[in-house]
Amino acid sequence: MAINVTRRQFFKLGGAGLASSSLAMMGFAPEPAEASIRQFKLAHAKETRNTCTYCSVGCGILMYSKGDGSKNVEQDVFHIEGDPDHPVSRGSLCPKGAGLLDFVHSDGRLAYPQVREAGASEWTRISWDEALERIARHMKDDRDANFVRRNAQGQTVNHWTTTGFLAASGSSNEAGYITHKVVRNLGMVAFDNQARV
Amino acid sequence: MNNSQNIIARSATTTTPPQVRSHVEEVAKLIDVSKCIGCKACQVACMEWNDLRDDVGECHGTYDNPTDLTANSWTVMRFSEHESDDGNLEWLIRKDGCMHCAEPGCLAACPAPGAIVQYANGIVDFDSEHCIGCGYCITGCPFDIPRISPKDQKSYKCTLCSDRVNAGMEPACVKTCPTNCIEFGTKEDMLARAEKRVGDLQARGFRDAGIYDPAGVGGTHVMYVLHHANDPNRYSGLPKDPRISPLVGAWKGVTKPIMSAIIGITAFAGVIHYMTKGPKEEPEDDPGHDDAPAHTLGYDATRRDAGARGEGEDSAGDRPKGEER
Amino acid sequence: MTNHWVDIRNANLIIVMGGNAAEAHPVGFRWVTEAIEHNNAELITIDPRFTRTSAVAQDRAFIRTGTDIAFLGGLISYLIETDQIQREYVLHYTDAALIVRDGYGFEDGLFSGYDEATRSYDKQSWMYEMGDDGFVRRDESLEDPRCVYQLLRAHYARYTPETVSSITGIPVETIQRIWRKIAATAVPDRTMTFCYALGWTQHSIGSQIVRVAAMVQLLLGNMGMPGGGVNALRGHSNIQGLTDLGLLSQLLPGYLTLANAKEQDYAAYIDKRTKQPTVEGQVSYWKNYEKFHVSLMKSWFGSAATERNQWCFDWLPKLERPLYDVLDTFERMSKGELNGYFCQGFNPLASFPDRAKITRALSSLKYLVVMDPLNTETSEFWKHYGEYNDVDSSAIDTEVFRLPTCCFAEDEGSIVNSARWLQWHWAAAPPPGDARPDIRIMAELFLRLKRLYQEEGGVFPEPILNLTWDYDIADEPRPSELAREYNGRALEDLVDDEGNITRRAGEQLSGFGELTADGRTAAGCWIFTGCWTEDGNQMARRDNSDPYGTGNTLGWAWAWPANRRILYNRASADVQGRPWGANKAFIWWDSEQGQWTGADVPDFPTTSPPSQGQMPFIMQPEGVGHLFAGQSMVDGPFPEHYEPFESPVPQNLLHPGNSRARANPAARIFDDDREALGKPEDFPHAATTYRLTEHFHFWTKHARLNAVVQPEQFVEIGEALAEEIGVAAGDWVKVSSNRGFIRAVAVVTKRLRPMQIGDRQVHHVGIPLHWGFTGVAKKGYLVNALTPFVGDANTQTPEYKSFTVRVEKA
Repeated sequence: MAINVTRRQFFKLGGAGLASSSLAMMGFAPEPAEASIRQFKLAHAKETRNTCTYCSVGCGILMYSKGDGSKNVEQDVFHIEGDPDHPVSRGSLCPKGAGLLDFVHSDGRLAYPQVREAGASEWTRISWDEALERIARHMKDDRDANFVRRNAQGQTVNHWTTTGFLAASGSSNEAGYITHKVVRNLGMVAFDNQARV
Repeated sequence: MNNSQNIIARSATTTTPPQVRSHVEEVAKLIDVSKCIGCKACQVACMEWNDLRDDVGECHGTYDNPTDLTANSWTVMRFSEHESDDGNLEWLIRKDGCMHCAEPGCLAACPAPGAIVQYANGIVDFDSEHCIGCGYCITGCPFDIPRISPKDQKSYKCTLCSDRVNAGMEPACVKTCPTNCIEFGTKEDMLARAEKRVGDLQARGFRDAGIYDPAGVGGTHVMYVLHHANDPNRYSGLPKDPRISPLVGAWKGVTKPIMSAIIGITAFAGVIHYMTKGPKEEPEDDPGHDDAPAHTLGYDATRRDAGARGEGEDSAGDRPKGEER
Repeated sequence: MTNHWVDIRNANLIIVMGGNAAEAHPVGFRWVTEAIEHNNAELITIDPRFTRTSAVAQDRAFIRTGTDIAFLGGLISYLIETDQIQREYVLHYTDAALIVRDGYGFEDGLFSGYDEATRSYDKQSWMYEMGDDGFVRRDESLEDPRCVYQLLRAHYARYTPETVSSITGIPVETIQRIWRKIAATAVPDRTMTFCYALGWTQHSIGSQIVRVAAMVQLLLGNMGMPGGGVNALRGHSNIQGLTDLGLLSQLLPGYLTLANAKEQDYAAYIDKRTKQPTVEGQVSYWKNYEKFHVSLMKSWFGSAATERNQWCFDWLPKLERPLYDVLDTFERMSKGELNGYFCQGFNPLASFPDRAKITRALSSLKYLVVMDPLNTETSEFWKHYGEYNDVDSSAIDTEVFRLPTCCFAEDEGSIVNSARWLQWHWAAAPPPGDARPDIRIMAELFLRLKRLYQEEGGVFPEPILNLTWDYDIADEPRPSELAREYNGRALEDLVDDEGNITRRAGEQLSGFGELTADGRTAAGCWIFTGCWTEDGNQMARRDNSDPYGTGNTLGWAWAWPANRRILYNRASADVQGRPWGANKAFIWWDSEQGQWTGADVPDFPTTSPPSQGQMPFIMQPEGVGHLFAGQSMVDGPFPEHYEPFESPVPQNLLHPGNSRARANPAARIFDDDREALGKPEDFPHAATTYRLTEHFHFWTKHARLNAVVQPEQFVEIGEALAEEIGVAAGDWVKVSSNRGFIRAVAVVTKRLRPMQIGDRQVHHVGIPLHWGFTGVAKKGYLVNALTPFVGDANTQTPEYKSFTVRVEKA
């Protein structure tokens, strides 16, 4: 082990520290208040129970957000850790679960609807209204043009094969259920989720 | 609450610390290396709880990442592949970090009053407000743990989540550990657990299984269960018989009053370095060092074996190699 | 999972094969470490690599990728020939004694009924023989050469330890040592569990690998037992739930199936799926199919679904191709046959094989809609990112919409874990910016479409105009409303045989036993019925008590079906209803109470006494577990080893003379993709893709904490291969297949060793998959640039785990 520091460098550093520390070293400075080096950060945070969004162990998590839930507070999650009551995880989280906070606050999170027009090289921000209206129009035009009521053999098939849908196995049952209800009853059959891969 | 009466030792302080709180139980973290899957949940939980984010580094051809402790990574997993003579392969994975020695070399070596404290429960904590960034704690540490931040020239290491422990909780790494490899409790209970685990390992054929609680530093508040306790070095260089450099002891015991002057510290640095590494190779007035970033001060960034990475490297920079292709 | 996470602690032996539980499911894996410490269990890993699971295993074997059937088929032969099976269990709880029709056969790698032109089997000959009484014939002595047991024995007699070794690359002594350890769990008081994941499913023989494991467990008597079972450790947080809810091309919720175009007649459609017992007196629960189906139709179409219109049978789409799975869809898309595509929380550019083909396919779309919390690669497939995404934006005319969604933290609802537990969660914060919940986006899209159909008319608007939509806020249904809907409710008063009202109209149902086929009940997903009853939300329950000390916490959340935690748990008791072993007591017959009781909800009619002779596998028409898969598999009633489509080995060593039986003759492959397969001489290294513990697919590269602990793309190669190609740890390598290439840092390791396969040495290359061109981790190459567009015969799951590449210094 070595201290790779030249004398001159040390002096620079020492000089920087002098004002604050050398007086204390000489025993002249008042004793600092030694309460706690770091205060416990969860004391009054709001705790919300959730389930980890990654794998299928389904670990229980506790999400801590600022404020106590009062109306005037915009909730913001600042810490996530395991739920000790959970019978499988018993408070543990793997490196993915332990890092959930940075998923929630990722720079990669999308905040606004966007469109990339045909041939464009960039995104354009649009309103929800415009996005949904344009998508619904595309869907209806395609469905009306390509929906098959009867196949070549004359069998009733009532399906729409020219638009497909991939659903998300990271979404809730309720989202999955309503997605199935909508997608299937538009007649779509090219419909899968991650269970296929 | 961690008030001053719980502090039983304080760096570079001549007054006697409070000693009346005799009923504080000593705590310990037990790391059973035989159960470690190297998942790095502890690394992530440590960063998350302590509001740290290390740089996004590079892959150096191993699973280790970050490849060394830094001011933002207070614990890292060290992976080593060990093949025995009969061809049996073991992948030994050790969580590295502060051992919270009962006789902390960092504290003994620290010249800044109150920058390093030891609580009655055994936790050794750094109070950054008082840290002068001299790096002596690194020299004093037989495990090579503290790291100086290039941002603020202060020394950092694991606090054993003293804030959580004060609030009656376990450290973040302990709580998150998926396989029970890291446990927490009183030192007494952890020793009992460790003995049970050692017995189990011995029954499974690991004749040399044992507890790592080295006496040379008065025992530690972070202990390991090792399947090969006879050869701790196999676990990425865990020292077999760690001791505080005798010079650190000398500084504390004899020369302390004299040393309480900034000039003395400089001399001390030279002495320690000379005793441990021999004469400096580079000339003292090497102009290159003038331009070196300040954060390379404090310790030798190249002291680890190949593959380890010094604090000073700019790991955030994109490596052109991958980008150009 | 047939069992559940905590139950793993009850195992005496844990085989992790086709998975890497310590890395992909670390917290579930805690119960493996618990079993090792507290149940004196042993963990064995069988994998091409020495993984982080292997690091804490007591024994391990290194198997060539894609050869698991050889290892497990050999095990079956070993168990039979050394008589190490749980004989009473096998005789009563499996189809070992059932007689198979005469026409069934297997010759030179092909089962009877193969048609090369369609690459499919006619399964007529794969059936049990029916007796004059209308039930399957059986031979209790197990000696009839046509009984399943003898056919099984004959089928696997070819799988000798030496043959298995030459295929798998595992030394004979290692094979025999591990077989011995597994065989030791054939006794009643010891159980073994299989923990697997995509290392079994992502093969052209994936489904059959899982099946052969199930057959082993039946022979050992480990199914339905605590600490036993075949446990799929599923990958995504709600992949189980989305499977249960049927969001797959051929399914409806609750494993009901869509009709194909030939099924024009409603009664015939129902009749085919209404499985009547084929062994006298058995439960055969699928005999209730129509109740589930009609309740679904009532849930979707309300009063519009009537007996007269056959509950809107014609409104459901019918399948004209065998499947519209993703391989089929992207094949069609690449040929310009699709105009629109939606990706809801799915990143196909990174997730589907042969990335170049996926880019071509997406580029041919008119519109693409991406709904995601994150900036995925798919949403930017048109954008140039250097070599990572080398496209010309101006040449791509696809209109791409990107809609920001909530993530888990901003969302309320339930998800189903691998153990089938439906767990409710609550939102902690609002989403960023204008992001919206998926539910709201789907509702708004639907309502806009409905309005367009109302205003403009259009093709076949009936299912759209009549879809039930009685939510308080039409464009933002609450999760609780949807959960109550899929649970189901009574539409009219329900009465018992004596005319007493058992359920009032409008009340929530408490179980699927209440469902009717006459339109008086509605339930959107029958297997979930019981999750939200008149007593409230059962999925939000948080009682973690474990009264029997078995790790079964019936008061925590709610598991389908009927809150059962171990499937087939009736098999944990012997024929007389007594636990097989005192230490494995789980469910037993209480003759005083006249009912089944124990630590779990019995997976059985509660009051059916052992003397009645009903058998544990109540979903099967025979009441027993199937060693012989007569009708459920499309590629053979017994699993057979076939080589991966891309293999470093030119022949199937079991059928060296028959090129048709080299790879699975019924697996999914299109002509162009066959052309894109590489040859061993050009691509000599066996490659396999996988996840690392620090990352979750392509999500966590967006999370700084995870990027820190595993920042940059790498591949793993053994020391011998590294030396051969002149590469040291930390060097860059180029990995190429016949479809594309990636560059990555080389991790050179002792944990991958060359294997001797026949006359050649095979090197494996390990390819972690987490990097891409968006996120905060170092940019990397999508590894599906390499993988082949080949799918499993039954599920069409792509063969990501076995293909060939060439590694060279970059």
